[in-house]
Amino acid sequence: MFIPAVLAVALGIVLFAGIGKDPTHLESALIGKPVPVFELADLQEPDTIHRDDVFVGEVSLLNVWGTWCPACRDEHDDLVWLARDEGVRIVGLNYKDNRDLALEWLDSLGNPYALSLYDPQGRLGFDLGVYGAPETYVIDADGIVRFRHVGVVTPQVWQQTLQPLVERYGKGG
Amino acid sequence: MYPELGQFSLILSLLLAVLLATVPLVGALSGRDHLQAFARPLASGLFVFVAIAFALLTHAFVTDDFSVAYVANNSNSLLPWYYKFSAVWGGHEGSLLLWILMLAGWTLAVAVFSRRLPSVMIAQVLAVMGMVTVGFLLFILITSNPFERLLPNVPADGADLNPLLQDFGLIVHPPMLYMGYVGFSVAFAFAIAALINGRLDAAWARWSRPWTTVAWSFLTVGIALGSWWAYYELGWGGWWFWDPVENASLLPWLAGTALVHSLAVTEKRGVFKSWTVLLAIVTFALSLLGTFLVRSGVLTSVHAFASDPTRGAFLLGLLAITIVSSLTLYAFRAPVVHTRTRYGSLSREIFLLLNNVLLVAATLLVLVGTLYPLVLDYLGAGRLSIGEPFYNLTFSPLAIAVGLMLGAGIFSRWKRTDGGWLGRRLLWPAALSLVLSCAVLLTYGGFTPWAFAGLLAAAWVAVTTFMDLWDKSGSRHGRWHGLKRQSRSYYGMVLGHLGVAMTMAGATVVSNYGVERDVRMSPGDSAGIGNLQVTFSELGQRQGANFVAQYGRFDITRDGQLIATLYPEKRQYHVQRNVMTEAGIDAGLTRDLFVALGEKVADDAWAVRIQYKPLIRWLWLGALFMAGGGALAIADRRYRIKVRSERPAIDDSRSGGQDEGVAEAL
Amino acid sequence: MGRILIVVWALLLPLAAVATSEVYPFDSAADQERFRTLISELRCPKCQNQNIADSNAPIARDMRDEVYRMLQQGATNQQVTDALVGRFGEFVLYKPQFDQRTALLWATPLIAVLGGVLVVIGIVIRGRRRDPSESSLSDAERRRAEQLLEDRDDGA
Repeated sequence: MFIPAVLAVALGIVLFAGIGKDPTHLESALIGKPVPVFELADLQEPDTIHRDDVFVGEVSLLNVWGTWCPACRDEHDDLVWLARDEGVRIVGLNYKDNRDLALEWLDSLGNPYALSLYDPQGRLGFDLGVYGAPETYVIDADGIVRFRHVGVVTPQVWQQTLQPLVERYGKGG
Repeated sequence: MYPELGQFSLILSLLLAVLLATVPLVGALSGRDHLQAFARPLASGLFVFVAIAFALLTHAFVTDDFSVAYVANNSNSLLPWYYKFSAVWGGHEGSLLLWILMLAGWTLAVAVFSRRLPSVMIAQVLAVMGMVTVGFLLFILITSNPFERLLPNVPADGADLNPLLQDFGLIVHPPMLYMGYVGFSVAFAFAIAALINGRLDAAWARWSRPWTTVAWSFLTVGIALGSWWAYYELGWGGWWFWDPVENASLLPWLAGTALVHSLAVTEKRGVFKSWTVLLAIVTFALSLLGTFLVRSGVLTSVHAFASDPTRGAFLLGLLAITIVSSLTLYAFRAPVVHTRTRYGSLSREIFLLLNNVLLVAATLLVLVGTLYPLVLDYLGAGRLSIGEPFYNLTFSPLAIAVGLMLGAGIFSRWKRTDGGWLGRRLLWPAALSLVLSCAVLLTYGGFTPWAFAGLLAAAWVAVTTFMDLWDKSGSRHGRWHGLKRQSRSYYGMVLGHLGVAMTMAGATVVSNYGVERDVRMSPGDSAGIGNLQVTFSELGQRQGANFVAQYGRFDITRDGQLIATLYPEKRQYHVQRNVMTEAGIDAGLTRDLFVALGEKVADDAWAVRIQYKPLIRWLWLGALFMAGGGALAIADRRYRIKVRSERPAIDDSRSGGQDEGVAEAL
Repeated sequence: MGRILIVVWALLLPLAAVATSEVYPFDSAADQERFRTLISELRCPKCQNQNIADSNAPIARDMRDEVYRMLQQGATNQQVTDALVGRFGEFVLYKPQFDQRTALLWATPLIAVLGGVLVVIGIVIRGRRRDPSESSLSDAERRRAEQLLEDRDDGA
């Protein structure tokens, strides 16, 4: 006789927990796995080819962006600040974009990237499971993906989420 | 000034609702007639003020009053007038007001059409409905006020109604749905009233039945409209997607169907009383749950209103209070009656109980499927998606089982049915159904197990229904006399069940024998589908009221003979800049031809989706039949308001039982 | 004259109906069918609940392209879904994989129906176990009923 009431309460708790959460937010499927194998040209120097070993040796942020993405513009200044003032190593992944436009963007707005990968077809983006720019990954010194932040990087996001991770994975080397 | 009046009107409604929720209830519990008598006038007053508020909001839309935030967000000066009217319920706040209007309307209807009910009962029922109204009025006034103003920065023009909603479907689908959702509150109120005064007898069931049936009919039409709308508006030819919001409407429908049948048993035989009460509470609870899911942002859906955690929390609180308190009341007050009535294992009671088991299992399945991802996410066990492939495997067998059970149970008798007799009765229908389904299979070409099962179930339902009609209309005075003698209630059942058969047939055939092609076409190209040729004859542009469209002209021919010309288009609306796909559909009773423009794949080449959809209209026609059956059933003689001797309604369980000379309807 | 007709005919040929190809063409109908089923059972990770067959989002198109590419290379359905799940998570599967967590989900219809049927059986057995000669009415009630019926016959 009381079972229906009890079930209703249990359901209520689960539903309550769901309020306010973003149902479209997806955790990366690559957490704990190495960055997918890739071979991409450098954005500024088309003759230089980068491979997945660019992540080995130092913890880095991998920022997926494009000139077509308005939110990327919003976070760009904060990325420049992160790279310059906090000394964070940021690798840029120019996703499905036009090389000239991208270079123009970096020239006029500043370049926070230690190096920039040019991915016009979006192959690496696809392999990473990128579903909406901007996205920022935390990759440890062994090239293992540790975290993905979907959306704009703000100082708050850095302080609360990314920084602790960078420090944690930076120490081990 | 008018929007403020609207808000004021809502506040007045809240006051009246609070009074309605308390005064008659106090009167009922303490036996004070004069307090009980407040119920009807309060219900009328409540309706009047809610209607005024709704009218004022409509006025704001029709006069382009963009100082009202809700109007500015959902309308535009270029919007055609009929969409301005329906844009009132195009967003969260307005649709909530529509919900409340319907609630007040149903409350008034109950107040008006229940002269013969005992005053105590009606006082309690209206008080419960008042309580529900209080909850929703608080919700709208505190979190979702449609009359909020944007002063002093009144925008020059509005943000326009979402183009997907600029369609006939918006005008009809939500009102029908809400009539259904809200209508189940009446059954709920009756159930709660019965629990409060401990009077859980067959009379309660008889009073509840017509209200529940009407609500169910509206919900059936609402769901069918939604499916039809999605089919022609969304551009990819689907008619049901198992989207959480769609499921939210299916849940009360499934439970409501079980309730309608369970009420029949309780009315006729006085059994399963506790179960029926629980079902009435659960059905309305599912309506409320649906409201919550759509407006809280907890689940992803293309249907969902813009969500807001405050609203979600408030609504959940409202939901929790209503459901937990009613279920607790049930736990304490539902009689654990060990009825002394006996019924055999093949009695109509048992068949209807099994019907309930299957329908409740289906309800549970859809509920679990919709909420499971939430639960897993809560437990940190991952992000799951549950969609069509899952439901096709799990829901279909249940639907088929319901069909089979229906056919078998139609011949059953109350209290006891002889097994041998029943078995013999079913032989001919079984054979006929087999032949019929094989014939259909051959016509469409190709045997698949699912198609066979679905068609068999549909044929089975139709054949047994007709056979039962044949049996019952046999008469000494001729067939016509026999047919005339049947009650409307019986014909309602026949029509309803035939509707089920039609819908099952339509769903089975279109799912198994529909053909779909995604082809790359340039003007001049031609593609074949089945034995038809579809030629992309020309590409053009046209100007609409508030959009510009690129259309394609497609000529469909068979053996050189022109069958149809379709004009699918891609529309870009001026204000919101989204691109909408309008499909070109050649509708037919036996099949639809569907052409839609997809993406542009090259300078002059488009991806074109061409579909052949056999029997798809049967899906919605079947639903109309079902709803029609419900309407017919409540037009039955026994529900007519008799103007004869006005006996004070003290114990009214006897009237209406005289029509036993006719066949056993439900 | 004949030659002129042939030339005219040849010039008109391009205007005749040209057989069109699928947007994603396959050599075998079986593969075509597999493709169609796969893209209808995969979810677009970004859209508001749409499969990749119906969605116009760029990511959906990329996923369709990938499924197409893999099928052309002879991948099995399992390989295709594994590849996409490996990148986007199990969120993109509309048919949840059967494992410990989802066992309850898949078993729901069975449990519900079985449970219900057991309850019904219980009701039937309980009814049958009762003494068949036991009347529904007690003696006092029976006498009163008879009395009422007599009264009614008299009055009617």
